[in-house]
Amino acid sequence: MPSEKMLLNGSHVVGEAAVRAGCRYYFGYPITPQNELPEYLSARMQDVGGTFIQGESEVASINMVLGASVAGGRAMTSSSSPGISLKQEGISYMAGMELPAVIVNMMRGGPGLGNIAPSAADYFQATRGGGHGDYRTPVLAPAGSQELAELTFLAFDLADQYRNPVMLLGDGLMGQVMEPVVFPDFIDLENLPKKDWILDGCEGREPRALYSMLLGQQGELYYHNLHLQEKYDQITENEIRWETQGEDNAEMMVVAYGTASRIAESAIEELKAEGFSIGLFRPITLWPFPKPPLRKLAQSIPKVAVFELCMGQMVEDVVLTVGERAEIYFHGLPGGIIPTPAQVADFLRSALKGDGKVGRRIEV
Amino acid sequence: MSAEVAYEKIFERPASLKDAPTHYCPGCGHSIAHRLVAEVLDELSLREKTIGVPPVGCAVLAYNYFNFDMVEAPHGRALAVATGIRRVHPDKFVLTYQGDGDLAAIGTAETIHAANRGERISCIFINNAIYGMTGGQMAPTTLLNQNATTTPGGRNQRLHGNPIDITRMLAVSDGVVFAERCALSSIKGIRRAKKAIKKAFQSQLDDMGFSIVELLSPCPTNWKMSPKDAWAWVNDQMTQTYPLGVIKDTTGYEDKK
Repeated sequence: MPSEKMLLNGSHVVGEAAVRAGCRYYFGYPITPQNELPEYLSARMQDVGGTFIQGESEVASINMVLGASVAGGRAMTSSSSPGISLKQEGISYMAGMELPAVIVNMMRGGPGLGNIAPSAADYFQATRGGGHGDYRTPVLAPAGSQELAELTFLAFDLADQYRNPVMLLGDGLMGQVMEPVVFPDFIDLENLPKKDWILDGCEGREPRALYSMLLGQQGELYYHNLHLQEKYDQITENEIRWETQGEDNAEMMVVAYGTASRIAESAIEELKAEGFSIGLFRPITLWPFPKPPLRKLAQSIPKVAVFELCMGQMVEDVVLTVGERAEIYFHGLPGGIIPTPAQVADFLRSALKGDGKVGRRIEV
Repeated sequence: MSAEVAYEKIFERPASLKDAPTHYCPGCGHSIAHRLVAEVLDELSLREKTIGVPPVGCAVLAYNYFNFDMVEAPHGRALAVATGIRRVHPDKFVLTYQGDGDLAAIGTAETIHAANRGERISCIFINNAIYGMTGGQMAPTTLLNQNATTTPGGRNQRLHGNPIDITRMLAVSDGVVFAERCALSSIKGIRRAKKAIKKAFQSQLDDMGFSIVELLSPCPTNWKMSPKDAWAWVNDQMTQTYPLGVIKDTTGYEDKK
């Protein structure tokens, strides 16, 4: 049965959802603004007989995740931007070895140590693989607590289904804000699909080896990469997720995800009261980016306004998707500043007029 | 008299080793170390419950030779990966097989903290004082005055720092129950190494804590010596910096003759 309606901060929501989704192995290193998540799991894992280890570093933690995953467990780690940079080596190895895992990034301002305020400046890192090599990880971008819970479940399922790391991309604000949430029921760990590739000792079968180094002279790495690409194509085909609001007869669509989409919703309400008809297109999967539905909307709606909590990263995917079908406007703020709905409303008015006073027109 | 009765098999390949020729150079200590690990696993009936983690380095392809489950770890991360595996499988047997660069340079933090947590893992540490796979660069364990491709004129204390005795460093942690250094450069040393490996493995089976066996191991190719001279160099030079013997033993096991 689903839970009662509960009031928790976003970090605790991810922690509780992870446990209910069958995660029994958590490894992480403290970093603000996501410490409430490991703190929650340090206690919760004891309740459910799971493992919590505060690793000696982000590098060690992601490699403990690698080990738990190869051993067959549902494993996760979490961090915030600088820590996620450190985990990229391990994520690349897991992508190469096709190991499932969930990685939570509660983004903060960068580059470098940056600050601890909400930001969305890790979009490129998250959606383009992040580490070395030709790989992708599905990236899920919740916009509130209920979705944090549901996408945490989805993240574990997608990871197992495609044998691939999956990233849950929130930000410092989302991890702190308290909103009501109803959790899905605990999954039945015994009834998860059996994994026939894990390492659990070779009793009654041939030994298995998992590795990402493919030196074979017969194009071993070449064919492995083609195999990975086929998988990424399947994910792109089957797993795009998005939400739209108010697209009928809209004169402009706002494209925003995560916290930015919440601010944009309020701004759109402001403009609706002034008589404008503006819709919202909210990508839920950032990779794969929901190109087909956005392209379709851009065929009939003349303007697209992109709003991000960074200086312009997702806008590149919007440009690749929309092209010359619609006019594209962009407004972004660097990390450390949470804009008010009024500021975003100013951008939307400016985009409607095309006067370039707030934000800018993107020339394709 | 039938053939079955006439000949008794007294020596064979351990079941824990695959029937495969290795890529190791003539005179390299890895083949001997592989064999010892495999013999001990067989003797303790552990092959089918073992999960091994080879390093990045010359032994990266160990999964082609060991006949049990193995996963390749990123360079230096073997003990973090092994930690994850061990926590999922508390009833299995987990070993890492690591070189000096993997264990004592890039993976120092993972090494110290896995040992200090007392992870139920046994670590086989191959110390050949050189980076073999990449072609002879300085290792953290390279001796003073030893030539490496990145220590022209020999390792200089002021320029390159000191050879690191990681096993002794680890031994101070309460998480470590057994630490011994042996040398794969004499028949006696090889027999001693096997005993040490067995003790280390037994301590994991008895849920005591972390165990490490350091094996001083010849690398004739990168030392630019004959295999015979390489054995002599281990015995005469390496053991000066890395004295052989038990460094720590809180297992309480009797040494059986």
